[in-house]
Amino acid sequence: MKLSLSASSIPRFATVLVCLALYLASAFRFENFATLQVFVNFLSDNAVLGIVAVGMTFVILSGGIDLSVGSVIALVSIGMVVLIEQKGWHPVSAGLIMVAAGTLFGAIMGGIIQVFKLPAFLVTLAGMFMGRGLALVISLESIPIVHPWYGSLLGFSISLGENTAMGAVPIVYGVIVILGILVARYTTFGRNVYAIGGNEDASLLMGIPVGLTRVSVYAVSGLCSALAGIVYTMYSFSGNATTGVALELDAIAAVVIGGTLLTGGIGGVFGTFIGVLIFGIIQTSIAFEGSLNSWWTKIGIAALLLLFIVMQRLIEGRKQHD
Amino acid sequence: MKNQNLIWALIALALLLGLNAIFTPGFFNLEVRDGHLYGSLIDILDRAAPVTLLALGMTLVIATGGIDLSVGSVMAISGAVAALAVNDGWSGPAAMAMALAAGLLAGLINGGLVAFIGIQPIVATLILMVSGRGVAQLLTDGQPETFSNGFLERFGSGFFLRLPFSVTLIVITITILGLLVRKTALGLYIEAVGNSPKASRLSGLPVPGTLLFAYATAGICAALAGIVAAADIGTADSNTAGLYAELDAILAVVIGGTALTGGRFLLLGSVIGALLMQALTTTILARGIQMEWTQVVKASVILIVCILQSSTVREKLFGGFRKRRGAQS
Repeated sequence: MKLSLSASSIPRFATVLVCLALYLASAFRFENFATLQVFVNFLSDNAVLGIVAVGMTFVILSGGIDLSVGSVIALVSIGMVVLIEQKGWHPVSAGLIMVAAGTLFGAIMGGIIQVFKLPAFLVTLAGMFMGRGLALVISLESIPIVHPWYGSLLGFSISLGENTAMGAVPIVYGVIVILGILVARYTTFGRNVYAIGGNEDASLLMGIPVGLTRVSVYAVSGLCSALAGIVYTMYSFSGNATTGVALELDAIAAVVIGGTLLTGGIGGVFGTFIGVLIFGIIQTSIAFEGSLNSWWTKIGIAALLLLFIVMQRLIEGRKQHD
Repeated sequence: MKNQNLIWALIALALLLGLNAIFTPGFFNLEVRDGHLYGSLIDILDRAAPVTLLALGMTLVIATGGIDLSVGSVMAISGAVAALAVNDGWSGPAAMAMALAAGLLAGLINGGLVAFIGIQPIVATLILMVSGRGVAQLLTDGQPETFSNGFLERFGSGFFLRLPFSVTLIVITITILGLLVRKTALGLYIEAVGNSPKASRLSGLPVPGTLLFAYATAGICAALAGIVAAADIGTADSNTAGLYAELDAILAVVIGGTALTGGRFLLLGSVIGALLMQALTTTILARGIQMEWTQVVKASVILIVCILQSSTVREKLFGGFRKRRGAQS
């Protein structure tokens, strides 16, 4: 791969540029912003969103969309708590079961999309209702986790020099991002995802297993959502059926801001990581500012989203003229 | 053939009401209290009003092959605008006009992004969905804004001809929309754009104008729904007003027989779809089942209806030759 500025890499280039500009602007404006600890907190505070966004990247690359992710997080987090605190399971076995359940949930949605040729957005919408409803049926209240394994998690941290420590959550997030990048770039599955997102008919004619790939894509998204749900319990030490409302939109926004084209075929997991980082920088800046309300985050994100989408349109327009 | 999708929705509605007739005592009881009708059926009509209004606007947008995710946020904005205007000393009708204007503006923004910049509808309206709730929260400072105004309250709890006023409102809206799209060429334009934007453009149809009309209508309908929802409780709550309402509206339209791929649309079908959704909720409440099951049941019904409507099943059942239009999204 040559290092040239092709049409498809402009969005990613712009994302990195925006991220750097925002970071530098905030660093100059606020004292203590440009410290390693603040950066580690970006990873920690946005791990749930970030992990979901990794799965969402695959879905969007394949030309689909998954609206169920926020509900799956809620369902998994409440499921974890009930298994651990009320049924006496060990957190690891509870986590494995939940990951399997999340993956199966995604695979079923993918199967319905593929077999009945229904719009992805409609099927995952139903999945969203289903997940949220089941989570609320299990428990309306947030339940705390007091298992000693979680307690030892609190004590775990790696020192990164003076006044800076990294807990388990950012490490898990980092590992998932790296795995996501590797799977997207260097596996047959990853290439197939790009192929069916780029041109489904051509992929079919080339003998790429389109159906299997599509089902797998939603299974991966379900897997990532389940992992995000587990990370949520590690981050908040509780399970909550109302968590992750509208998180799917943040995840889609992060993927798009990260330079992945919503029409599929172009983009990548690294861009999404930067997109999530931009989220974190905006949120932290607003928190540092103090006087601004959190709903400015929504407006700011929407403005950025608009900017990037208009840019994508211009690039697509140029591609057609080339 | 045209109404085949709608038949499934009607069957589902009839089945649901039939089950209620057998298992829920007093479901069909109607009584007159203070000169107004009361009963589960009236309750369904009344409570379905906001989603019905949303679904009517959404029908036109979906018929153009688009989608409007922002209607829930627009509901929150219009409720906030109406409440703030009334509390600022404006009259009820003036406040309503302002709220409707806000909805129109939102619709024009959506339509402009789709028609002139060419952004995919799901994304264009996602922007307003995310930022719209932020704007509504900004307007009311994130706090629920209570208000009291006789004119506005009528939309939530008033009566007309012994029925809740919201029923009248829906009848008026559907009449106006029906006349607009069926007695002029607008309906044909919308269906043509939904079938093939390219062919429509080549044959000289005003494609951007048609798209703008559809999204503007959806915006105004959403604003109206926002007024009804806020008037119902005398409070504009920008945090929860219209949350997930866009999903209910889209599902009502799809259940009502308008395909998400665009083209043919059925305004009355969407009303039936909205009633079906509300009948489901009311049934669950009347049966004393835990409220939270509503969403699970809704999701299952939607999936079943959509699977029954899908080309795969239909070909198996009817051996049809109908091909799905458009690509999978």
